[in-house]
Amino acid sequence: MPRRVAVTGVGLVTPIGVGTEETWQALLRGQSGIGSITHFDASRYTTRFAGEVKGFEPTRWMSARDAKSSMSDPFIQYAVAAGAMAMDDAGLVIDGELAERAGCFVGSGMGGVATIEATHRALLAKGPRHAFSPFFVPQIAINLAAGQLSIRFGAKGPCYSQVSACSSGAHAIGDAFRVIQRGEADVMICGGSEAVVTPLGVGGFGAMRALSTRNDAPASACRPFDLDRDGFVLAEGAGILVLEDLEHAKRRGARIHAECKGYAANADAHHITAPAAEGEGAQRCMRAALADARLDGVQIDYINAHGTSTKMNDVTETLAIKKVFGEYARKLMVSSTKSMTGHLIGAAGGVEAAFCALAVARGQVPPTINYTTPDPECDLDYVPNTAREANLRNTLTNSFGFGGTNACLIFGRPEP
Amino acid sequence: MAENIEEKVTKIVAEQFEVPAEKVTLNSLFMDDLKADSLSVVELVLAIEEAFGLEIPDEHAEKIKTVGDVVNYVKARVQ
Repeated sequence: MPRRVAVTGVGLVTPIGVGTEETWQALLRGQSGIGSITHFDASRYTTRFAGEVKGFEPTRWMSARDAKSSMSDPFIQYAVAAGAMAMDDAGLVIDGELAERAGCFVGSGMGGVATIEATHRALLAKGPRHAFSPFFVPQIAINLAAGQLSIRFGAKGPCYSQVSACSSGAHAIGDAFRVIQRGEADVMICGGSEAVVTPLGVGGFGAMRALSTRNDAPASACRPFDLDRDGFVLAEGAGILVLEDLEHAKRRGARIHAECKGYAANADAHHITAPAAEGEGAQRCMRAALADARLDGVQIDYINAHGTSTKMNDVTETLAIKKVFGEYARKLMVSSTKSMTGHLIGAAGGVEAAFCALAVARGQVPPTINYTTPDPECDLDYVPNTAREANLRNTLTNSFGFGGTNACLIFGRPEP
Repeated sequence: MAENIEEKVTKIVAEQFEVPAEKVTLNSLFMDDLKADSLSVVELVLAIEEAFGLEIPDEHAEKIKTVGDVVNYVKARVQ
């Protein structure tokens, strides 16, 4: 029997809050974190709004010197902050024999893009001799988020990054779950981080016609499953969990938010951006995650959908859920928290896994906001606009990424 | 001029490594006394180059270990 795995720590840096409690309360209020872009002058871009992290003071989690040098890229800063919050929440100190039994998996879709842009600007302006900081490479390399966390907490086990676009964070958590199940580590700090609200990020996703262009009403631009949705809303932040061998967590009397029960990863093998017909890959992935958790569909109460607010995703994901869950799909609660946070790309899977764990722990279901006009092709219970109280046995979170990559995770109440 | 160079270097070192200027002496070793790592020292050399309009070749930069080394180097180059 594989070992069981508990979620004992949660850390969140999102457009609706710097901190887990702040983020969770904003979710329950149905608050949007989307607004005009302030990180750069976006006035000439087709999309001029995003989900930016607000009021983030890096020196709460690192020295001013590190914030300007070895941890200057925001994707690293968000990961370090969320990781520190998660470790604090877990009440865990990694020392002695635990050090080699603790690891870090932090995914990101794109890494230190802001640093790449700034350095390239300097290169064009000043030439190669004066453009580069010696800290350039350790800002842009995606595994440095995981690396910084391992250094900070003395975690000497496996340490690297999963890179799978919008499912990076979910893959990181899923792989961390497996490492603990197999007994290769007792504790994993895991999740995702992203900071691409930059000219290249906004311009690039805009060029794919993937972004909402509702510039006159940013807070209602992200409207998953609503008939009038017109694209996703780019966002940034980090979601980090502490996963722990359930017996290890019990022995030290840790508070357990939820149990991580199942995981599956697969590919559509179909198209670089479009999902396969009827979400065939997503269907297989959800089924495989249920099988991995040894659960039947009817034992799931809530799905945190990928729910990007694009025309294509929301219809296809709905269809895939109906294919997997059959008649029971009508009884499921399915919400997209991206309606509030926006799409955190490689951090989305981390943030949304955290939301599932918190939903189980607290018996609360975050809503899908901006849901006003039903789409005949999207006909499930999307928990429209208002959070609910509900006793949740098990929850599933979907993450689908460009390249046709899929990840599903299941979090539930730890039954005896 | 000489005094100016010392003041200017001290100021840059203090800013770069975020230590109070009064803790920076001519004998301060960057890595041992001011807790800098090798990458931070490279960053300091770049800041010195920029401040004094110099290009410091790597073989010279490698020998710069203290505040005094910087001051002497800059004096020799600018005078």
